[in-house]
Amino acid sequence: MVAKSRLHVPKTPARPGDAPDFSYLKLSPAGKVARPDVGSAATEIRYLSEELVRVLDEEHRAVGPWHPHLDASELQVALRHMLLTRVFDDRMQRIQRSGKISFYMRSLGEEAVSVATAMALKPSDMLFPGYRNQGIFVVRGRPILDLMCQLLSNTRDMCKGRQLPVMYHWRDGNIFSISGNLATQFPQAVGWAMAAAIKGQDDIAVSWIGEGSSAEADFHHALLFASVYKAPVILCVVNNQWAISTFQGHAGGERQTFAARGPGYGVAGIRVDGNDFLAVHAVTQWAAERARTGRGPTLIEHVTYRAAAHSTSDDPARYRPKDDYQGFPLGDPVERLKNHLIGLGEWSEERHKSLTAELEEHVVKSWKEAVSYGTLSEPPRLDPGLMFEDVFKETPPHLRRQAAEMRAEIEGK
Amino acid sequence: MAQMNMIQALNSAMDIKLGQDPSVVVLGEDVGYFGGVFRVTDGLQRKYGESRVMDTPIAEGGIIAAAIGMAVNGLRPVAEIQFADYIYPGFDQIVSELARIRYRSAGDFTAPVTVRTPCGGGIRGGQTHSQSPEALFAHVAGLKVVMPSNPYDAKGLLIAAIEDDDPVIYFEPKRIYNGPFDGNPHKPAVPWSTHPKGAVPDGHFTVPIGKAEITRAGSDLTVVTYGTMVHVADAAARNLGLDAEIVDVRTMVPLDTDTICNSVARTGRCVVVHEATRFAGLGAELSATIQENCFWNLKAPILRVAGWDTPYPHAFEWEYFPGEARVAKALKAVMEAS
Repeated sequence: MVAKSRLHVPKTPARPGDAPDFSYLKLSPAGKVARPDVGSAATEIRYLSEELVRVLDEEHRAVGPWHPHLDASELQVALRHMLLTRVFDDRMQRIQRSGKISFYMRSLGEEAVSVATAMALKPSDMLFPGYRNQGIFVVRGRPILDLMCQLLSNTRDMCKGRQLPVMYHWRDGNIFSISGNLATQFPQAVGWAMAAAIKGQDDIAVSWIGEGSSAEADFHHALLFASVYKAPVILCVVNNQWAISTFQGHAGGERQTFAARGPGYGVAGIRVDGNDFLAVHAVTQWAAERARTGRGPTLIEHVTYRAAAHSTSDDPARYRPKDDYQGFPLGDPVERLKNHLIGLGEWSEERHKSLTAELEEHVVKSWKEAVSYGTLSEPPRLDPGLMFEDVFKETPPHLRRQAAEMRAEIEGK
Repeated sequence: MAQMNMIQALNSAMDIKLGQDPSVVVLGEDVGYFGGVFRVTDGLQRKYGESRVMDTPIAEGGIIAAAIGMAVNGLRPVAEIQFADYIYPGFDQIVSELARIRYRSAGDFTAPVTVRTPCGGGIRGGQTHSQSPEALFAHVAGLKVVMPSNPYDAKGLLIAAIEDDDPVIYFEPKRIYNGPFDGNPHKPAVPWSTHPKGAVPDGHFTVPIGKAEITRAGSDLTVVTYGTMVHVADAAARNLGLDAEIVDVRTMVPLDTDTICNSVARTGRCVVVHEATRFAGLGAELSATIQENCFWNLKAPILRVAGWDTPYPHAFEWEYFPGEARVAKALKAVMEAS
């Protein structure tokens, strides 16, 4: 028999009606992956892109060489950030259902990726997020009130009504404008980092994309430019297993890990348990030191799970088992950090409950204030004339003419 | 005949072609198991298998390029780009490759690819889910460009596109996927079953590429438009009590200059309407063509109604959208000019 080529279609392990199946996920035991010197050549530390860096073990203890030895107080802050992100997401999801906001995207199950990464960086490091990184705004101290005003496109909206909900930005917090088009920020982060190197800045750039978006050519551009110019940048692929309905195998995950693409470009690649706050913090610190000391870029694959729908326009029950997340072997990032702190004697179920209540109250109160600045359907409203501003630095005559026409149209003239 | 919305009509077109022609394949993001984020490919993978209805990586450049390669090897790919706003990573493959393969190889190689993509606003999609980039493609020599305004045309044009030996960029105005839209977002949604063009033959038929259609005959003036705006313009004219002739362009390239210009020559007055930004939009081409052909018949300058020359703003969607008021103002101005 002569073998013939047949189109290979990546297998999706479980669809609706099937039992969750994560047997494809290669896991390393907590504490077992060696932590190399930050100056190691990318090709010498390939194992980091194949293994899975984990710090928290099954008993929620921190073990092994990647243990970041953070103060309990810092871990409590981390838990608070993650929980606030979750409580905020939860409330906004429900509010979207009630029609007050047009669209929302939760980061449920992925809170550690944003919170731990941002906490391991300096505030002056520049962040180029995707649309599921709300935790970085929480870490950097942007009031959720401001995020809510963006969701409402109201009179305090940082985007002046121009962007879809969740497409935030924060210049003073060093967080770049979220695009809505996929992966575009990845090579931009590299360019920012190249400029930092040109200018002799001490700051680094960090960007996140989903594993699905890593299929875009911009992923290749980012890795190539980062490698060629040894840019001080950390490039994160958030492998949450699902790109809307499409399993990660369709983005190339069936062949090899996403982190393994790093060494192929001469870029250090690390695969990390994205639901382990301590592990994400530790690898980010490692990569940040590497970048800051001129040893070049790192590609980090965060293995996590998108526990919620892709967006409020999506229904995952149509394409994956309803209880899929319950079967995910890396658990829930908030629960794991909580249990770790409880094990340290630095937290309790009671404190967790009261913190949750406090944050819920904070979110409700912030929402009340946010809607007082207007909603899509209730006054006060932004001046529609704002749509003509910022197209250019100075509004050219044809746009000024159109703005006048629009005003006449609204006034019924 | 069956009652179909545009989604069902497009689905039916692909179903028929996949069934008739083993060289037809469908590819795109989420089009397979899930059936597409707008459900346009629903059920096709189940029926025709994973090698003919393919979920692809999120890589529009890759989707278009792979479709070209498949077409060069004898397949007839129908590529879906999930939103027209996402088509730009594939722009180089479309402009530099797809459009010119026949030309540069003196006809020795061809790529009969259909690129389907939902376009247009009115769905609270903001600047990344609302664009109407048809003029960018109409400007490129070698691409056919179409946009239907109803389920009947959607099915007939898609079958024609798949059967066409040249590449076709097929825009689907997503605001009217489920029903015609007169431009007033505060009115209850109307289903396609209320509209004569919601009646669609079950089987194979084509609407020829390159033919405009007069969707309403009239003598006061001619409105040249396409997509969602066919319905908005029709409502605006009716509410003004004007006996307007509405010409649905349907195919932007190659343009049916005869149908358009014969109408304007008869009425002597013309308004061009589209949702896309005005500057260097298709309206400029239409207006120039009409002027060149009908100058001596014109009783008034041709006016254009379009989206403003800004990105599509989330909060000001209906101030941006060229709704009934903007269309009516132009209709009146053209009628009042002596």
